[in-house]
Amino acid sequence: MIWNDEFETLPREAIESLQLKRLQQTVERVCATVPFYKETFARAGIMPDRIRNLEDLQRLPFTLKQDLRDNYPYGLFAVPLDRIVRIHASSGTTGKPTVVGYTRRDIDTWAELMARSFVAAGAHRGDVIHNAYGYGLFTGGLGAHYGAEKLGASVIPMSGGNTKKQLMIMQDFGSTVLTCTPSYCLFLAEVAAEEGIDIRKLPLRVGIHGAEPWSEQMRDEIEEKLGIKAIDIYGLSEILGPGVGIECIEAQRGLHIWEDHFIAEIIDPESGEVLPRGEKGELVVTTITKEGIPLIRYRTRDITRLIPEPCICGRTHVRLERMSGRTDDMLIIRGVNVFPSQIESVLFNIEGVEPHYQLIVDREENLDTLEVQVEVTEQTFSDEIKVLQGLSNRISHDIKDLLGVTCKVRLVEPKTLARSEGKAQRVNDKRGRKD
Amino acid sequence: MKVEQISIFIENKFGRLAEVTKTLGEAGANIRALSLADTSDFGILRLIVDKTDLAKTTLKEQGFTVNKTEVVAVEVPDRPLGLCGILQILDEGRVNVEYMYAFVERCGENAVIIFRFDDPEEAIRVLTENKVKVLKGERVYSM
Repeated sequence: MIWNDEFETLPREAIESLQLKRLQQTVERVCATVPFYKETFARAGIMPDRIRNLEDLQRLPFTLKQDLRDNYPYGLFAVPLDRIVRIHASSGTTGKPTVVGYTRRDIDTWAELMARSFVAAGAHRGDVIHNAYGYGLFTGGLGAHYGAEKLGASVIPMSGGNTKKQLMIMQDFGSTVLTCTPSYCLFLAEVAAEEGIDIRKLPLRVGIHGAEPWSEQMRDEIEEKLGIKAIDIYGLSEILGPGVGIECIEAQRGLHIWEDHFIAEIIDPESGEVLPRGEKGELVVTTITKEGIPLIRYRTRDITRLIPEPCICGRTHVRLERMSGRTDDMLIIRGVNVFPSQIESVLFNIEGVEPHYQLIVDREENLDTLEVQVEVTEQTFSDEIKVLQGLSNRISHDIKDLLGVTCKVRLVEPKTLARSEGKAQRVNDKRGRKD
Repeated sequence: MKVEQISIFIENKFGRLAEVTKTLGEAGANIRALSLADTSDFGILRLIVDKTDLAKTTLKEQGFTVNKTEVVAVEVPDRPLGLCGILQILDEGRVNVEYMYAFVERCGENAVIIFRFDDPEEAIRVLTENKVKVLKGERVYSM
């Protein structure tokens, strides 16, 4: 099923001419209304009317997360505050949060794109959408909520946390679609098992998961434990929130990014050069319909590639390969690039190991050290030391094999690693803090 | 002829061992014998208790990882070379010992040693054939 047949199946040329028209309008508008863009364009020697084709986009400077922080809170808004009807902010783990504003039309666009996303994930009118993304400054909760209403489904505004209550509601209200982070989804399954609830027997059919990187193995685990189809959704508050892109249930391979509203480029994160189509690099997104805070060539720090081949679902919008990590999640350990998702995939391939892990990175005598903490489970536990040591050795051997990094594996008691009700915190990097 | 042993995963953290014993004590399970194997990061506490199932469920409820395994309790003459004789029998019978530990109580004139074998059936056969006394579970739990 397709929500918006006209726009989701536009022929390639039509998408590109629409993109060009909207890009030209956006560039002119930000140049006229946002001092930051006026200055950076002037510095780069770019006249807004010089955008003649889509390739010209490559001549425009990037926008960085730091630029949003520097212009905190409203400096990058392109409309006066009296046209902004909603303000969200991303979690400011370092310093000030980044603030985004939406006009009424932006909210409508967002709802439209989330409705498209729900339908792509196999949801429809009549579904009971259990929305366990956090409501608040975080865009997840309200973003999914408005899309679900636009779709005409019954949305339960659960928000995050209070897991036992979530399970009660899920059983009593007959939730059919679950929206939450993938790690919280597994936590729900774990609590359900403890409570003696057979979550597989519930009417739940589809899970829509995002807001943190997750692996294909984690998808298998979710699908197996909950008896659902698990769909990857992509979004970031700077660009829109959830609903920038989503996998279709038909292919479950790659996330369609809504190209009538965004232009996606893949660049080499080091040089900033645009990479040939199909190569892996950092995703850069330009918004071409946003009014509140349009962003030109925003560096998402997410690592992916474009899948140009047509999709079996009939949508013509290009797909992003499942995110393999973020440039700022990437750890450099003794010169080797390591993404937490790679370690996660190693753990998933070892039978009986649970996906709860934490990475402790430290420095001893000028050498980086990596410790992988893994919970012991009933399945992996043994009364014999050699069996448990065999397990640690296997994990560190497999990590070394895949990543070329030596690590120490520490087995810890079950349920001692923090469970997150929102985004999972997998990494504790102690290196910077001592200097 | 076998004895049920429970083993518990314990991180090397302050107070964990005390928590295990407290949990068991409050449930009314009494420890009959124990051994702690440790590495730099974690330990495995192995216990023989008078109420195995009760102990296992209570510990699990408290969030511990618990395993149940079968071990063999053997009467060993309490004199020099007593244990050596038993081990020679096992050796000749080609039975492999994974680990072992001593029981606190004596059984009459004899000491009691708990053995973990990779093949307990074969071990019991070899021992009884050689007239070594293997204790029944019920006997051990009530010692």
